[in-house]
Amino acid sequence: MLKINNLSCQKGYNLLFSHLSFELHSGDILRITGTNGSGKTSLLKILAGLNVQEQGTIFLKDCPVKSEDYQRAIFYLGHLSALSAELSCLENLRFLTTLNQSAEQPLLINALKQVGLEGYENEICAKLSAGQKRRVALAGLTLSKAKIWLLDEPFTALDPQGVEMVERYITQHCEQGGMCLFTTHQNSALKNQQVLAL
Amino acid sequence: MNIYLQTLTRDLHSAIRNLSSVLNPLLFFIISISLFPLAISPEASMLSQIAAGIIWVASMLAVLLSLNTLFHNDFDNGVLEQMVVSHHSLPLLILSKIVAHWLLTGVPIILLSPLLGVLLFLDNESIKVLMLTLLLATPSLSLIGAIGASLIVSIKNSGMLLSLLILPLYIPILIFASSAVSQAQSGLEIDAQLYFLATILVVSLMLAPFISALSLKISLE
Repeated sequence: MLKINNLSCQKGYNLLFSHLSFELHSGDILRITGTNGSGKTSLLKILAGLNVQEQGTIFLKDCPVKSEDYQRAIFYLGHLSALSAELSCLENLRFLTTLNQSAEQPLLINALKQVGLEGYENEICAKLSAGQKRRVALAGLTLSKAKIWLLDEPFTALDPQGVEMVERYITQHCEQGGMCLFTTHQNSALKNQQVLAL
Repeated sequence: MNIYLQTLTRDLHSAIRNLSSVLNPLLFFIISISLFPLAISPEASMLSQIAAGIIWVASMLAVLLSLNTLFHNDFDNGVLEQMVVSHHSLPLLILSKIVAHWLLTGVPIILLSPLLGVLLFLDNESIKVLMLTLLLATPSLSLIGAIGASLIVSIKNSGMLLSLLILPLYIPILIFASSAVSQAQSGLEIDAQLYFLATILVVSLMLAPFISALSLKISLE
């Protein structure tokens, strides 16, 4: 169970949100909505342990944010896909996956195949389109064993099939007892999603 | 493969694919040194006297030139973000990156130094001492440089700022290293200088990864 209590976030002189409290249980999908600059990304970054909250607490069971067990349970995908332009899809994916767990070659190749990048394994990432780069990053999702997915605009640059694919992954993950928090400006067809408006 | 080892090989791979960023500082190193005989005097007695200083100043500036690439790419593409989010030790991940940086700049400088020493009429004994000081001190250059690079990683066009931050910290290394070589040339003991260089290396090895990790976290907020 992810428990967020009395969270506030301030950027410069701007108070983005304050006294935010909610709980997420296994299987929950939370869609975070809000206008540009309302603090969606800041919220996800705080939950990922990247930013420091002004006040409030975040606990996964008994583990506070930034503790090793908490960070182990997190998969974070930000605006940036974390791909080096000089490295191939496979090399990038191998590194990103190893950051979270061990990664074996056949699994990595299979993950790239699943996101529709078969045959692109050894292609340098600088030569890929924006959508294809996003797909490499999303291939990490299919390999991730993390319980909580934090996805910041996961649908950006994806075609309709890609969006559907990500939604399928989210549904599967939550059916298996995971949790997912994501932000998007697009309409999402995900069932059972709860909405948090900032 | 272990994540720290993989961070290192990943940096080496991307450097090999982007060779100009590795070669530029080394070319600067070679060219700037080879210009001195033309500008000052080709006389052996003159050049051998100033050789150690020239090689040391050039290697320091070459390392300084290469520091911009240490964190910038990974900051821009989001890899540093993922490193912070992961459950691995950030200082150790950064240390792996620093080791990669040393392998790409420090080691080539050490390997090139005997050649440039001969060019500047250094005798064999002094070349050995020069290589020893470079071996002891170039890792410190990378480590201390990482602190500066991590502080300015979020600032665009920060070349001058990095020099201002880092050069004062490099000065003790420069003094001890070049004085070791000139003492060796006059046949004196150099233990003291080497101990000082080793101390700087140990202290920077202990502190630099932690300080860099902290300032990278602040830059990412």
